[in-house]
Formats: sequence, structure tokens, C-alpha cells
Amino acid sequence: MTKNEALFNYTLRLGDDSLILGQRLAEWCGHGPILEEDIAITNISLDLIGQATNLLNYAALIENKDRNADNIAFLRLEKEYCNILLVEQLNGDFGDTMMRQFLFDAFRKPLFEMLQFSKDKQLAAIAEKSLKETKYHLKHSSEWIIRLGDGTEESHQRVQNSLTNLWRYTDELFFTDESDTLLSGLGIIPDFSKIKELWSANVTAVFEQATLQMPANNWQFEGGRKGRHSEHMGYLLAELQYMQRAYPNMEW
Amino acid sequence: MTKKDWPLWEIFIRSKQGLNHKHVGSLRAADAEMAVENARDVYTRRSEGISIWVIESNNIHASDSSDADMLFEPSNTKVYRHPTFYDVPDGISHM
Repeated sequence: MTKNEALFNYTLRLGDDSLILGQRLAEWCGHGPILEEDIAITNISLDLIGQATNLLNYAALIENKDRNADNIAFLRLEKEYCNILLVEQLNGDFGDTMMRQFLFDAFRKPLFEMLQFSKDKQLAAIAEKSLKETKYHLKHSSEWIIRLGDGTEESHQRVQNSLTNLWRYTDELFFTDESDTLLSGLGIIPDFSKIKELWSANVTAVFEQATLQMPANNWQFEGGRKGRHSEHMGYLLAELQYMQRAYPNMEW
Repeated sequence: MTKKDWPLWEIFIRSKQGLNHKHVGSLRAADAEMAVENARDVYTRRSEGISIWVIESNNIHASDSSDADMLFEPSNTKVYRHPTFYDVPDGISHM
């Protein structure tokens, strides 16, 4: 594997995580529990889609074939998307959405904090810009987890269920293969074990404040990074890709 | 949903140019922290501001509009309170 292939893989993975979670959050548009939260969720969605645009543009540049960010975002087959399973999970209730967001944001913040010092200038610049957005996302989702967990009996029980259901997707946040090993050896991406330490410390602290129990189950799912997705992914892509499939090359 | 119980907050934003915070609207939030975040999401998403104040609407005490004649009309006849009787010297701008 060459450095360029590894860098393409890595950029695509980050880009797909942002793209798919951005698409999921966009489904809340007009359905938020209150007007203010509706706007907050769609703001986060737009931040993520902006990150995906930067990352997929860069992936296209690295690949240097006849594809641009739009082709990559809209015209791949399901097995060619390499987002983690966590981000494609259904929105569920508000607690499910916030728990998914929190588990993701708590990973993305330390990642971008380290990635902004990447030896790859473009990746460093994207990380630096995205970090400002991600810090706010994490603050927002953490506060909701604490409010819901330490809220009423019902909100506690429901968000505890969200945690129990989503916990099995968290190991994949730290998925690494030869691309990652190659890039971290070159100082292009950070060491994932350090990010995991920071992630664990952060989620443990928030769950403690939220009076939530860390799930005991050790069974973890993975597959998204390798293109093996859950049953929800096809429906998400159908909606994401509809316009480009129905009206090829349309722009607005 | 218990949003009926969430208090109303008045939101004040300081723009990049403006020195003082200006009232921009109101929203509902469970507490001050959430009010600041909601204000950020609702009222600053097009780069409208660099600082946010929130105040629970309950805490605002207003003048009574039926007292307007008593409160405000007397000053209408006191034009001498405006500094319009001075000649501004040449070379003074922005007055």
C-alpha cells in the first residue's frame, strides 16, 4: 500500500462519517422537540456536511481520477461507503440521537485536536477548522446527556436504553488497519490508543454526572469501515442519492 | 413534553460593530446555560454576534403603556434639553 492510497482511505473514512451523520441529523429538520433544538440539530448537520465536503474534496484530489467530491458523496454503491456503523444508526427518539452524537463527538474532539498537528498540511487545516465546530457539538450533546440522564425517571431510563443499545458500536470508532498504521508511522495521523484514552475519560465523566451506567456487554459490532453496513444504510443512501440518480449531473 | 414549563428568555446580542447588546427576540429554555446555547443556534447562525446576554423575561420590569402621557409627553415641550443651540466649531466631525 502506498502512502497516497492510505491517505485516500483515511480521508474517505473521516469524510463518510461526517457525511452519513450529517444526512441522519438532517432528518430531524422540522421534527425537533422544540424550535430551538430543531435549529441546533440542523446547524450540527450542516457543520458535518461542510466537513464532509472538505474531506471528500481532498480525497478526490488525492485519488486524482475522474471523480470530484459530489461523485464520491452521491454515486458510490453501499459497500463502497466506509463510515462506521454508529453514524448510520436510526435517529430513534431524541435521547438516541443525542447519545449517538455524544459518543461520536467525544471521539472527534480529541481526534481533531491531534490531527491539527498532522504532517499533512491539508488534513491539519481541515482538522483545525472542524475542531471549532466539534467542540460546540460535544458541549451541546454532553449537556443533553447530563440533562436527560439526571432528569426525570423516564428520561433517565430512556437515555440509559440509548446508551445500552449504541454502546456496541463504539469499538469501531477506534478501528485501525494497515492504512492507519502506515499513516501514524509517518506522523500524518495520531495514535488511536491515545484518542481512546481521552475518549474513555470523557465519556466516563459525563456518564457519571448523568448517573448513567456504563454497559457491561462486551459484544461489539464492526464492519462499516470495510463496507459491510447495517440494514438501515440502504434506505439512508436511497434518500441521499435520489436527486443525482434521478437527474444525473443536476446542480443547484 | 414539558416545554410549557420552560421559562421564556429575552436575548440580547452584541454585533461585531455595535458597542451595546441589542434585544433580538426571545426563546424558551430550561435554564440560563441552555438559553445561551439556544440563542447561539437561533440568533447567531449568520454571524450576527460576538456576545450573548440572556435574561429571564420574568425579571424584566417595564413601564406601563397607559402611563405614557405622564411619563414621556412632558419632555416633548422641553426642546432646550437638546444640545442644538450650539454652533459646532469647524473641524469637529462625527457630531
